[in-house]
Amino acid sequence: MIITNVEFVPNKTIVANLGLVTGSTVRAKNVVKDFGASMKNMFGGEIKSYTELLEEARKEALERMVAQATALQANAIINVRFSTSAITEGAAEIYVYGTAVQIQ
Amino acid sequence: MSTLLFWALLIGIFFIGSHIEKRHYASIEKREKQQRTPILLTHTVKTPRSIGEVRFVAAGVVIGADRFKHVLSNLLRVFGGNLRPYESVLDRARREALLRLKEQAPDFDAIWNVKLETCILSKATRKQGFPKAAVMVYGTAVKYR
Repeated sequence: MIITNVEFVPNKTIVANLGLVTGSTVRAKNVVKDFGASMKNMFGGEIKSYTELLEEARKEALERMVAQATALQANAIINVRFSTSAITEGAAEIYVYGTAVQIQ
Repeated sequence: MSTLLFWALLIGIFFIGSHIEKRHYASIEKREKQQRTPILLTHTVKTPRSIGEVRFVAAGVVIGADRFKHVLSNLLRVFGGNLRPYESVLDRARREALLRLKEQAPDFDAIWNVKLETCILSKATRKQGFPKAAVMVYGTAVKYR
C-alpha cells in the first residue's frame, strides 16, 4: 500500500478512484502512566509516555484506514490528512482520512 | 508554613524547569544544524527530475510546561498580552516534531506537503489537566533520481 499526502502518486497513473477511506482511534494510557506524566510535568520537558501514546494512536488509525482500503482492493491512498480532537482528558483521538485509488 | 513550602518548591521548579528548557533548546539547535536533508516543503514540486522512492512519514511529540510556567502564565493572564512562558513550549514542541520527521527519512531528498497538527491531550484550563503541547507532523518523503 502506497500512502501519500499529495494529490497523486509520483511516477504512477491513477486508474480508479475508489472513494474515501478513514481510520479513527481513541486511546489512553493507564492511570499509573497518567500519574507519572503529571509528576513529570511538574518540571516540564518531554512527556515520553504521551509521545508514545500519540505514536500508537497514529499507527492504529493508519492501520484501520489501510484495512478499509485493502477491502476496496485499492493499492494506494492519496491526499491523506490527520485530524485530532479531545474527547476526554489524557486521551488521544486521531482521525485519518484519504482517498483510496488504484494505480498502475 | 505550607505557603512557604509552596513558594520554595516553585522556585526549585523554576531552576530545574529552565535548565531542562535550555538543554532542550541546545539539542534542537545542534540537530537543526546537522540535519540538512531532507528539505521540508509545504507544497508539491513539479520537478523535471523523475522520482524514485516515495514514503509517507509522520512524527509527533508531547512537551509539558512546568508548574512555574503555569503559575506565571496565570498571573500574566491578568494583564493580557503575550504568554511568553507558553510560547517557548509550543516552539520547542514544533521544532522537535519537525526534527523527528526528518529523522524518519534521513536519506530522502525532500518531504513534500508537510502538515503540522497540534493535538489537544487535555484542556489546560481544567483544574485536573496540566498544560502540554502535543504536535504531530506528517508529509510525503521523496527521493529524486
